[in-house]
Amino acid sequence: MAPVMIDVDQLRVRFGDNEVVKGVSFQVPSGGSFGIVGESGSGKSTVLRAMSGLNSAWTGRIAINGQSLGARRDRAFFRTVQMVFQDPYGSLHPRQTIDRILSEPLLVHGISDIERRIEKALAEVALPSTARFRYPHQLSGGQRQRVAIARALISEPETLLLDEPTSALDVSVQAEILNLLADLRERRHLTYILVSHNLAVVTHLCPQVGVMIGGEMVEQLSADDLRSGQTMHPHTAELRALSVDLEEVP
Amino acid sequence: MLVDIQNLRIAFESRSGIFEAVRGVSLHIGTEKLGIVGESGSGKSLTARALMRLLPTNARVTADRMAFDGIDILNADEKAMLRIRGKRAGFILQDPKYSLNPVMTIGRQVTEAWKTHKGGGRKEAREAVIDLLAQVRIRDPHRVYDLYPHEVSGGMGQRIMIAMMLAPDPQLLIADEPTSALDATVQAEILRLMEDLVSRRGMGLLLISHDLPLVSHFCDRVAVMYAGRIVEELSAGSLAQAQHPYTRGLLNCLPSLIHPKSRLPVLNRDEAWLQS
Amino acid sequence: MTAFSQQWLLTETPSSRSQAAWGRRYRAWLALRSNTLAMIGLVVIVTFVVLSLAAPLLATHDPGSQDLANRLARPSAAHWFGTDELGRDLYSRILYGGRVTLGMVIAVVVLVAPLGLAIGCIAGYFGGIVDRILMRVTDVFLAFPRLILALAFVAALKPGVESAILAIALTAWPPYARLARAETMTVRNSDYIAACRLTGAPSGRIILRHVAPLCIPSLIVRITLDMSSIIITAASLGFLGMGAQPPSPEWGAMIATTKRFIFEQWWVPTIPGIAIFMASLAFNFLGDGLRDVLDPKQR
Repeated sequence: MAPVMIDVDQLRVRFGDNEVVKGVSFQVPSGGSFGIVGESGSGKSTVLRAMSGLNSAWTGRIAINGQSLGARRDRAFFRTVQMVFQDPYGSLHPRQTIDRILSEPLLVHGISDIERRIEKALAEVALPSTARFRYPHQLSGGQRQRVAIARALISEPETLLLDEPTSALDVSVQAEILNLLADLRERRHLTYILVSHNLAVVTHLCPQVGVMIGGEMVEQLSADDLRSGQTMHPHTAELRALSVDLEEVP
Repeated sequence: MLVDIQNLRIAFESRSGIFEAVRGVSLHIGTEKLGIVGESGSGKSLTARALMRLLPTNARVTADRMAFDGIDILNADEKAMLRIRGKRAGFILQDPKYSLNPVMTIGRQVTEAWKTHKGGGRKEAREAVIDLLAQVRIRDPHRVYDLYPHEVSGGMGQRIMIAMMLAPDPQLLIADEPTSALDATVQAEILRLMEDLVSRRGMGLLLISHDLPLVSHFCDRVAVMYAGRIVEELSAGSLAQAQHPYTRGLLNCLPSLIHPKSRLPVLNRDEAWLQS
Repeated sequence: MTAFSQQWLLTETPSSRSQAAWGRRYRAWLALRSNTLAMIGLVVIVTFVVLSLAAPLLATHDPGSQDLANRLARPSAAHWFGTDELGRDLYSRILYGGRVTLGMVIAVVVLVAPLGLAIGCIAGYFGGIVDRILMRVTDVFLAFPRLILALAFVAALKPGVESAILAIALTAWPPYARLARAETMTVRNSDYIAACRLTGAPSGRIILRHVAPLCIPSLIVRITLDMSSIIITAASLGFLGMGAQPPSPEWGAMIATTKRFIFEQWWVPTIPGIAIFMASLAFNFLGDGLRDVLDPKQR
């Protein structure tokens, strides 16, 4: 059994009087992938934002690599944990070239060798070097998401938080991005947490899945159990039925 | 035949030259449910907008024939279009958030849609609207009547849009990605509702989506668009027998819950698809 | 020089960062050049600045020398634009006046724009208590009539061009801060700013390098629209004896002191008026063009 990379225990997040995450706990082994499925408003993205440090109004325990995290993170934290957002257009600065976007994390962390690292990062996500001095609006949706992944990986993190990374993309591009994520995980021994509403996408990438509804994680099960229909909670069964129903090609 | 389009072409002129976004689309719709499936940029939405003449002014539209219920859309004047748009053909867009007026109650908006087309007194309109809201299976139409758009969920918003579009008893309903902003559970409900209403009222439905399996579940026929052309048209029941490599590629590259694939096949776009 | 050939600049595949940057600048210049109004604006402004700088060479008379026998003269070969109420040569005074007026306007903008941008961005980015304090301060400055506040400042200091610049700057920044704050609020919660935060960058860096550049285009437009009102405020201060001190030629003051001659000797106040009008219009044209060029999505 690989050592535990991520340990979330009784995570609670509040927006004013409204508790949107109500005591969520899960563990992810190093090099493993954990999927969180749920509908909008289930609190699945909020869990991710609390883990990434974007939202500091949480209680409970979040530990990464054995170290408990506080509300405020130091710079070193952001070298170990990175995030990829849903909308590849909204997550890239509209007025900066790809080169500038990719060099920013390196400048912040004082990493030298910027030139070589950017070239390597672009090659790793299979982007042509001609894309380097373009603006985001000159690239396609899939290329933009590749840039976002390259930016997340350029500071060489161990954990990647993926917030619906393919739901804004066409299905053919989705396949390319999912393959890329699988390759990168293997090559770099990354740990993933993938949030999505799409059961097929989640089970494709993650052997372990948590189901959220109304801010609670009502069930954790393996992807195999989910496939074979061995679910405990009715909401999981409902989501599964809808997904299976659509897959049956007439 | 409700809609008859032959050899529709839509081009956009820009500084760098002319870009043809739709390159010779022909299709016809009767009282049936037709799905148009394609990726972003395939021209599926433009085709539907051209039918309602809702394209930006820099678009150049040509066709051998484009008719709605016998009316020549290409040469119809704006007055004739007003009688078609929203009256004989309803248009439902992706996100109800942007289609509903945020500072007007739902009841007033639907009432207005109803009165523009049907006329009649206030009391009569209110009753008709409550009935409409009930028809789109809103559980408590009297309460929803007085709510504002931000007070309802996305699924409810889309139901209200459908109710508004149904008010003038249209013959055709065009739905452009009506459920892609909604959760899976709600998505199924909305599509089933649309399917049911369209069948019961004997209307035509044009459903535009990027989701091939979804469309094939709710339509009779599916047209697959690629780079401005229809590359394949097939009955929804025979999706498994799709011939065109693009259609097959679209189906294959989907991750699957029940049939896990260790690696997803990637679509290799063939230059020849642009010609055929 | 081959390194700066057009081909090198316009290549779609720049091989280095500096080539890409120069290419971008060159494309921006091309875009600006193709905008006729912006180019008119640029040419007018450059001409005005050059003429003012070269005033000692171009002036036909000493701008201060009076000739009371020849006051309010019509334009002639000796006095191209005529003379004012003290018989001073208007053409020479316009040239020298450009130094004072344009200098004041540019100084005010250089002071005001960064101040308004900084306050607006900081308030908008942090929100909460910081936002409330900064915006209340802004409100206080906004609540005073501009001229009265400027007068108070000048009165507290010593009258003169420097004080006028400082006074106008202190009263002109609040609208820019408001504008920058509104722009910042719209981008603050965007994913790309979240992504910047996730690089571990400190807030100052995010505001300076990522937020502020997004506010600049609308700020430029706003500033160019304000140019004329800055000139007028400067003139009003001069008229009240608080700005440029006579006999120093300042366009606004030149109008103010001669406006009673508008019906009989119309050219005396009209000529500096035309100068102000042309300068403001040129700034507006240029600002509009710059905004388009600064937004890469427009290209």
